[in-house]
Amino acid sequence: MAETLLDIRGLKTWFKTDDGMVRAVDGVDLRIERGETVGVVGESGCGKTVTARSVLKLIDMPPGRFEDGQILWQGRDLIPLPQDEMNKVRAREIAIVFQEPMTSLNPVYTVGDQIAEVIAQHQKLNKKQALEGAAEMLRLVNIPNPQRRIHDYPHQFSGGMRQRVMIAMALSCRPKLLIADEPTTALDVTIQAQILELMQEMKERFGMAIMLITHAMGVVAETCQRVTVMYAGKVVEEAPVRELFGSPRHPYTQGLIRSIPRVDRAATHKERLEAIPGTVPSLLEPPPGCRFAARCRFVTEVCTRAMPTMKEVSPGHFVRCVL
Amino acid sequence: MPGSTPASLSADAPTSVGAPLVAAPAAGAAAPAVPRKRQRFSPWQEAWRRFRRHRLAVASAVVLLLMVAAIAIGPLLWTVPINEIDFASKLEGPSWAHPLGTDDLGQDVLARVLYGGRISLAVGLAAMFVAIFVGVLVGAVAGMSSGRLDALLMWLADLFLSLPQLPLLLLVIYLFRDSLKAVFGPEGGIFVMIVIVIGGLRWMPSARLVRAQFLSIREKEFVEAARALGASKVRQVVQHILPNALGPVIVAATIDVAAAIIAESTLSFLGLGFPPDIPTWGRLLADAKDYLDIAPHWALASGVAIFLTVLSINFIGDGLRDALDPRRVI
Repeated sequence: MAETLLDIRGLKTWFKTDDGMVRAVDGVDLRIERGETVGVVGESGCGKTVTARSVLKLIDMPPGRFEDGQILWQGRDLIPLPQDEMNKVRAREIAIVFQEPMTSLNPVYTVGDQIAEVIAQHQKLNKKQALEGAAEMLRLVNIPNPQRRIHDYPHQFSGGMRQRVMIAMALSCRPKLLIADEPTTALDVTIQAQILELMQEMKERFGMAIMLITHAMGVVAETCQRVTVMYAGKVVEEAPVRELFGSPRHPYTQGLIRSIPRVDRAATHKERLEAIPGTVPSLLEPPPGCRFAARCRFVTEVCTRAMPTMKEVSPGHFVRCVL
Repeated sequence: MPGSTPASLSADAPTSVGAPLVAAPAAGAAAPAVPRKRQRFSPWQEAWRRFRRHRLAVASAVVLLLMVAAIAIGPLLWTVPINEIDFASKLEGPSWAHPLGTDDLGQDVLARVLYGGRISLAVGLAAMFVAIFVGVLVGAVAGMSSGRLDALLMWLADLFLSLPQLPLLLLVIYLFRDSLKAVFGPEGGIFVMIVIVIGGLRWMPSARLVRAQFLSIREKEFVEAARALGASKVRQVVQHILPNALGPVIVAATIDVAAAIIAESTLSFLGLGFPPDIPTWGRLLADAKDYLDIAPHWALASGVAIFLTVLSINFIGDGLRDALDPRRVI
């Protein structure tokens, strides 16, 4: 078995609000090994992004709070780490790419300056060397004319190009893990494919691991080796990607897979796209039973009484369901 | 479409349609032949381009530059002393010897206006720097540290805003005039005091402005991205938030210069500014007010100077606001 980079154990990130504690992440376990791509999927509001931000400790405290759990980065727990130690982990060990490429770059600096700033800060290089590094990074992410483009401002780039710049910036210090928080959601489909391909390419070149957060099941099928399905702050299923799509065990995962639009069938078969009825429950005072019980078509009386535990149904395939 | 009707198939149609078709490739071929210099606009160049479109602001900038040039090099060219008393030619109207006339002691008004402008503009600029420095500092701290400190600082700003300014100015000047005079000398002491008093009572609007800017900019994705890539708090503020918050602050700063010049004039007019023998625009106006009916040129000279300066600074601020506001299309 490969070396484990990131091991999240029982992480609980809660937010204090006027109405009470919002349990955005409520006991999440997640493991990422060197060089692998792990997908984290789920609906909006199920805790994917909070999990990702918790890893880099980007949660505002207050109102956020780590209630429990550990975030082990190569065996070292990140939660008690002081700010300046954490800043050394960021970018050098773990980097993140956000969803919104249009606003993720500072409009008042050239992209070269912005990438160079990150490089200079972490690698103790002078300005000129850092700028050269920036041009090199732009070349790596396939931006034409990098020597000239480093002098351009973010508004002179298109959305897809900006996401490439963001990836270049995130990878400029050769992190071991790249967290991609819905990196393609704001882009159109052809650009999405290019960005995913680029990330794949970068992953192979640098041998890094990727934690890919998305709600597009198609993207997961395309790029990931393992998938973690989250629902209402909990992991409900975890499996290798083939296994998950081949035999999804949790009713929520089944619903997610059924709700993938299929171009070929929509045109010929006049079928209606299936949706999962209802919405994610309030995370304020979650009911004691299975979080998905209210929307589950196989719900039984047992489901509402106690939270089911994770059980291994086949090697490497875990599911949190009584079925 | 022209081609869909029979009428357009007449003989002249191909030429009229064809002409632009021929012209277009020609133009297209010409463009790559000349190596086009790619326009690169930094945000400041872009702001300057937009500022130039604002005619009133450009005209005001020219007026202000002329005024600054006049008070900077004017006293070197117009070497008449500011305090040469000549009762024989008192309260004279404009003449070649005294282009702006003389005052009640026969002193040359032009020389006094030029010299007074130095003090008035220096006070205006220095007080603006004090106000903006304190304002940015307080606003930035408040904006970054939401919670109790933020509440306390904004409460302090509200407190200062609710103080009646003029009585407070008078009180402070009465209390501290002599001790400052002892430290910095009569002229320097008054200068420092007036700058601190005027600037110190004008930091609140810019503090609120900066705080509001910080509150919105610090939530922007690029700040979070910087944080995620290991930028320290200081770096986030200095590199990422402050440069983006600066536009409105610069506009506020120009208005502050104008307000400080007016405030200094007010103080001098009330006899509380600089010593009587040092001319400032406000002091000149105060001295001239008793002779408005017999020597209006005296009051007009300094009055027009204040008016033009403040007006042009305000217009420049207007132009800057338009130039620095990215949402406004010019």
